[in-house]
Amino acid sequence: MDERSRNGLGAKLIREKDASAIGGDTRGADGEGAGGPGARTGANGGGAEAGPGASAGLDEGVGIGGRDTRAGVEPDGDDSSSSHLILEAIGVSKTLGSKQVLKDIHLAIRQGECFGIIGPNGSGKSTLVKLLSGADGSYDGKITYRQQALTIYTRKQLARQIAVLQQEALPPIGFSVQEVVEMGRYPYQNWLGEEKEDSEAIIDGILTELDLKPFAERSIDALSGGERQRVALAKTAAQQPELLMLDEPTTYLDIGYQQQMMDYIRLWQRREGLTVLAVLHDLNLAALYCDRIMVLQDGRVIETGTPEQVIRADLLEHVYGIRPVIVRHPENGVPQILLRGGSIG
Amino acid sequence: MKKRLFIWGGAGILLLLLSIIVSLSMGSAHIPIGEVWSIIWRQFSMSITQLWQDIWSFLVQTVTGDPVVREAIMPVPPTPYEQIVMQVRFPRVVLAILVGAALSIAGAGFQGVLRNPLADPYTLGVASGASLGAAFMISSGLQYVLFGNWTVPLAAFVTGLISLVIVIRLASINGKFRTETMILAGVVVQAFFGAIVSLIISLSDTVMNGIIFWTMGSLQLRGWPYILVLAPYLLLGGIVLFSLTRSLNLFALGERQASHLGVHVERTKMIVLVTGTLLSAAAVSVAGTIGFVGLVTPHLMRLLVGSDYRLLLPLSAIYGGIYVLWADTIARTLLSPIELPLGVVTAFIGAPFFAWLLVRHKRKGAAQDG
Repeated sequence: MDERSRNGLGAKLIREKDASAIGGDTRGADGEGAGGPGARTGANGGGAEAGPGASAGLDEGVGIGGRDTRAGVEPDGDDSSSSHLILEAIGVSKTLGSKQVLKDIHLAIRQGECFGIIGPNGSGKSTLVKLLSGADGSYDGKITYRQQALTIYTRKQLARQIAVLQQEALPPIGFSVQEVVEMGRYPYQNWLGEEKEDSEAIIDGILTELDLKPFAERSIDALSGGERQRVALAKTAAQQPELLMLDEPTTYLDIGYQQQMMDYIRLWQRREGLTVLAVLHDLNLAALYCDRIMVLQDGRVIETGTPEQVIRADLLEHVYGIRPVIVRHPENGVPQILLRGGSIG
Repeated sequence: MKKRLFIWGGAGILLLLLSIIVSLSMGSAHIPIGEVWSIIWRQFSMSITQLWQDIWSFLVQTVTGDPVVREAIMPVPPTPYEQIVMQVRFPRVVLAILVGAALSIAGAGFQGVLRNPLADPYTLGVASGASLGAAFMISSGLQYVLFGNWTVPLAAFVTGLISLVIVIRLASINGKFRTETMILAGVVVQAFFGAIVSLIISLSDTVMNGIIFWTMGSLQLRGWPYILVLAPYLLLGGIVLFSLTRSLNLFALGERQASHLGVHVERTKMIVLVTGTLLSAAAVSVAGTIGFVGLVTPHLMRLLVGSDYRLLLPLSAIYGGIYVLWADTIARTLLSPIELPLGVVTAFIGAPFFAWLLVRHKRKGAAQDG
C-alpha cells in the first residue's frame, strides 16, 4: 500500500471503494487486486517505474506524479467522497436499432485529470462521447455531471461547463476567425447578445495564446485544416469550460499540429485545472497525454487504468488483434507502441 | 458589425424610398415625380396634423372635461393624380415591399436552419399547398362565397398551413426530425399538391386562366386591406426571426456543434420553419406564388455582406422589398396596359442572376481546387 500511495492518482484508483466507478472488468482496480494479477499492474502503476518517469520526462512536470502540484486539486485526502468527480457514468447502455452499441459502461472522471478512451473502430467511442456530452439523451443508465443528472442542466448551462472538440470541428464557412471564436461565448450571452464578462479581453487573450492574432480577420475557409482546428480549439476555450471533450481531434492533423494541439490542451489543463476526456485513435498520444485510459471493445469496457496498466501487449492483442512491441519512452518512461510491420500470416 | 449594418441598411432604405417615389410616378398615367412627391408630402402632413389634433383634443378633454369644439375642415376633393397615387399605386407599392420582405426573410431563415443554399420559402411545399386552396376556390366558383374578396386568400392560407403540418408529420420521428427528411417531405408534398392543382386546372377549362394567373402571382387590384392582412404576419415573423439571428449563425457550424454551444437545435429549427412558412403562406395568399425572391435575395446579401445573420436578415428584408417593388413596377408598365404576372418577372430577373452566381461560384471553386 505504501508503494501505491506514493503515486497520487494511480493509488487513488486502486484504493477507491466504489470499484464500479472505474470499470466492471478492470483488473487490479478493485480492492481484491492486492494479491493476484492486479498486484502487477497496481504495483507497477503505483511504484517506482511510473513515479520518476512521470515527473522526470515531461517538461512541465505534469503527469501522474505531477498532478499533485496543480492548483485546485488535492492529491490525496478524503477522496473516498466523490466531491472531485466531474463526470460519472453508471451502467450506461445504448441500443441502436437491434444492435447494442454500449453495454454497461462505468466511468468516473476526476477533476483535473486527462481521461482517455481508446478502442477499435465501431467500439462505441463516439457514441459514448455523444451521450456524455449531452448531445444524445436516449440511453439506459445514469450520467451525472458534478453529481447532478445531465438532463437537469439546460443546454446553455451545460455549454458553460462542457465543451466538445470534434474531428472536423469547423466546416469551411464564411466567418472570420474572430467571429468564430466569439461564437464560443454564446452560452454566456442573453438574447440581445450581451454578457456580464468582458468577452473582448477573453477572446483577445485566447487568440494571442493560440497564435491566431495574425489571422483574426481572415475567413476560416481560407485556412488549412490544421489552422481551422486550432480555431476550433480557440472557440472551445472561449466557452471557458470545466470539462473539455475531445472526439478524435487530431485525426486529420499532421504530426506538428497534433503535438501542438495536445500541448496546448495540457498547458490549459495545468493552468486552469481543466478536466479532459479524450477519445483518441493514436495509442501513443493517449499514453503520453492521458492520466488514465479506458479501453472499449464492442461497446464494453475492457479495462480502465493508467497507461502503464493498459498499454500492454496482451491487452492490445486481445482488443486490436496486433502484436506490437511495447517500449518505454526514453525521456519519460511512458509506454509506447511500435508496430512490427510484418506480413500477414 | 453595427457599422456595416448602418451603411448597408442606410443605403438600402434610401434606395427603397427612391424606388417608391419613382415607381409611384410610373404607370399608364405618367405622373411627374415632382407631383408624386408633393402628393405624398401633402398626405403625410395631413395625416400628421390630423393625428396631432386628435391627440391634443383627447388630452384637453381628459384634463378639462370639456369636449373640444373644432371648426369643421372642408375636405378638399382629391385630384385625379392624388387618387391614382393613393388609392391605386401606393397600396400596391407598399404591398410589393411587404411581400418581398416576407419572402426574403423566410428564405434566409430556411437557408440558415436547413444549411442548404438551395432552400427557399417554398421548400416545405407551401407554394403548392396555398395554390391548391386558391385553385379549388376559383374553379368551384366559390371564390366570393362567405368572405367576398377574402375567400381565395383565406383558403390559400389554410391549405398552405395544412401542407406544413403534413410535412412535419411526415418527417418527424419521436419529435425529432432530420433536415434531409424534411426537405424530401417538402418535395413530396410540393409534387403531390402541385399535381392536384394541375388536375383542377385541366378539368375546369373555363376558369383555367384565372387559376393559372393566380399561381403566377399578381398584385393587381390589391388595395389597402391586403396590407392589413400581411403586415401583422411580417411584424411578428420578423420579430421572431430577428431574435434567432445568433442561433442561426451557430447553425452554420453544424447542428451538433450548435447544440454543444447551447442552442436548442430542434426547437430553433421548428420555430424558424414554422415562422418562415407562415410568412410565405401569408405572402402567397395575397400575391400568388412569386418565386426566386426568397432564394436569390439572401444569396445576394451574402455576396455583399457575408454570412452573419445579424446583417443578413434585416438587409434581406429591405433589399427583398426593393426587388419585388421593381419587379411589380416592370410587370405593370412594361407592356402597358397588359400586366405581366409578377412571378414571371421575378423569375426573369432572378434566374439569370442566379446563373451568374453559379458561374462565379464555379470559378471560385475551380480556383480553390487548382
